[in-house]
Amino acid sequence: MSVLTVNAAERERLLSTYPDVFHRSFMQRWGLLIVAVCVVVYIAFCFSFFKIIPTFANGNWDRAAVYVQDWYSWRAQPRLRFQNGKVVPQWTSRGQYPQGAEIDWLKPTAKGGYTVLFGGDNRLEVTPTQVDVYLDGKYYPVAISADNALLPAGAPARMEQDGNKVNVYFGFAGQAEIRPTQVYIQRRFLGWANFFFDTQSPFWGRSITEVAGLMVAGERIDPSQSNASLALDNFLNNASWQHGDILSKLMQTLVMAFVGTLLATLIAFPLAFIAARNITQSKAANWGMKRLFDFLRSIDMLIWALFFTRAFGPGPIPGIAAIFFTDTGALGKVYAEALENVDDKQREGVKSVGAAPVIVQRYGVVPQVLPIFISQSLYFWESNTRSATVIGAVGAGGIGLKLLESMKTNADWDKVAYMVLLILLVVFVFDNVSNALRSRVMGKKGR
Amino acid sequence: MAHVAGPSQLGGLAESSRTILDHYQSQVRTRRIYTVVSIVVFVIVLALSLDFANDANSGKFFERLPYFFDFIKSFVPDSPLEIFRAMFDLPSPYSDGSIKYDYTSDRIWITDSFYIPNFFYQLLITINIAILSTILGASGAFFLCFFASTNLVGAGVTRWVVRRIMEILRAFPEIVVAGLLAAILSIGPIAAIIAVSVHTIGALGKLFFEVVENADMKPDEGLRASGANWLERVRFAILPQVLPNFVSYTLLRTEINVRASTIIGAVGGGGIGEVFSLSIGRDHAAKTYAIIILLLVTVVCVDQFSAWLRRRLIGKQSFEFGRGAA
Repeated sequence: MSVLTVNAAERERLLSTYPDVFHRSFMQRWGLLIVAVCVVVYIAFCFSFFKIIPTFANGNWDRAAVYVQDWYSWRAQPRLRFQNGKVVPQWTSRGQYPQGAEIDWLKPTAKGGYTVLFGGDNRLEVTPTQVDVYLDGKYYPVAISADNALLPAGAPARMEQDGNKVNVYFGFAGQAEIRPTQVYIQRRFLGWANFFFDTQSPFWGRSITEVAGLMVAGERIDPSQSNASLALDNFLNNASWQHGDILSKLMQTLVMAFVGTLLATLIAFPLAFIAARNITQSKAANWGMKRLFDFLRSIDMLIWALFFTRAFGPGPIPGIAAIFFTDTGALGKVYAEALENVDDKQREGVKSVGAAPVIVQRYGVVPQVLPIFISQSLYFWESNTRSATVIGAVGAGGIGLKLLESMKTNADWDKVAYMVLLILLVVFVFDNVSNALRSRVMGKKGR
Repeated sequence: MAHVAGPSQLGGLAESSRTILDHYQSQVRTRRIYTVVSIVVFVIVLALSLDFANDANSGKFFERLPYFFDFIKSFVPDSPLEIFRAMFDLPSPYSDGSIKYDYTSDRIWITDSFYIPNFFYQLLITINIAILSTILGASGAFFLCFFASTNLVGAGVTRWVVRRIMEILRAFPEIVVAGLLAAILSIGPIAAIIAVSVHTIGALGKLFFEVVENADMKPDEGLRASGANWLERVRFAILPQVLPNFVSYTLLRTEINVRASTIIGAVGGGGIGEVFSLSIGRDHAAKTYAIIILLLVTVVCVDQFSAWLRRRLIGKQSFEFGRGAA
């Protein structure tokens, strides 16, 4: 098969015979290019306006790595203080280990020092006068004087002098800051150790099977309640993870979305009948109601939320109010449009047998629009579950505020990850529930 | 279902008709019972939720209600003109040295004699955040959507992975992305830009690949027959069909993003949202009303402009189609 070719004469003939086919307007020819150039210029302008490149260059990217590591691991942070020629470990207030616990990576030595194991051949031998650093089996002594910790000669790049202290980096396993008065240790482990029970709980450090065994058949640890209820109590009141608090905040967010959408539906339903011009025959009422919807809709959810937060204090009530006011407008508009598109024949039929106006709406209009109404409300409920989180963050309470607070302390990124997982799970479940309900209400057509 | 015949009429019915009538009536009864039960359940759930919400709130609803009206009453500017003075950064006659009446020091000077009022400048920031993140998000969604549609890549691993990526980007709370970036890059609009863009990729990606899946595959077949490769088929067969709808959805998303960037601003992303949350928190009535008016006008203008543009670009039919889906 030969390739189809057009010679020059044939080309000229085609061009002159069908000029319209080959003529393209200026916009068709250059429109895409012009738009692309405009977009590029605009992006360049924005980059300089928001100073994007310098900000990125000045970002604390090493911090980002630490935060992200918190999402799947936890760190223990003891300070090994030098007191009277001895080494004394001191823990933060977060209660990472119970009092006097046997710790397999932090062991006292015979001479009053401590050995810190970082896995493999990496470890620290801490004494008040000298810290021996073992990196990959090699040995680097760090001498400690009254006001100085001194890096030994020939140390690798993973050890560095920082003022009067020496930093040692062990990669994922952690790091150590050797100071004249103490050694500050960060030891990182995969997973979330205190996730279920904190160190105060009698269930701490037991395996899942052990806990399950205790809950089902074990002797009562606390004589006043069964082991199962004790375990639940310990779990919900976990001091470092605050499950009870987080779950109740999550519940607040869900309640905000549910109640806000439901109330908006209940109020928008009758108002939409006033706004629909084929149902209420008064132009003034239609216009007034539609402008009311526009007004409610156009004022941002944020404004309503902040306004009601000022009035009622933080909590779910301002969240409900914000969602209620915005969605009454939005749902009212959608409902009124659905009402204006109804089939008039059914109304005429009901009217022709002498039914009262309310009955005409009830049997002539509502059966036609109810599936659309319910489906729209479910759709709004679904999206409100998501936006309630953000509304919460500006002050309306719920999981959003909790997230924001955790992020602002810069130490709770593990909890942030946990809450994000919970939110993703809830959004996923609600999406599916609302999808299933919608396809049931609307029949096979789907949305 | 309301027109059930009374017993007096039943005498004249045949046996078979009476059976049908009985069945019909029993079905109506069942349905009514279901309706009543579901309404009762709904009311109980609503009551419990309201009670829970009231308990969890820091101020109780009925205790705070009188204060609410007091708040509205006290939250009135000294004169209506104050609102416009606050809006345009003009000096106030009520000035007593406090920041409540200090409008002039916020002016953003462009040249020595020309300034932009602060709120307009902040609004500009918010709108630019919205537009830039829509552009970034839409480009991301554009590149991803072809790999998520069954008619172009089949139902294999690629589609599954890309769709899950989109879902996660869509459901990931914007404030977490904003908060994480604010911690790394210091607080400012860039965190908001990235947070909104990330969400936009997920949200637009879903709408985009649905459009691609609904595209007519005949042009694609034609190109395939003439030996075009995958990229050429996408470019010349699919793209011309889907581009109008892509543009329409992107414009719709711009409207949503203006609101989103305002909200992210209020949690530390800069722009008008931040100024607003500060001024309402400090009880600066005139400034607050000025911002509300500005925001209202902006949102209405953006909505109208994008509706006009969409109608011009793609005609009435696709306009309605786009609105229904978004």
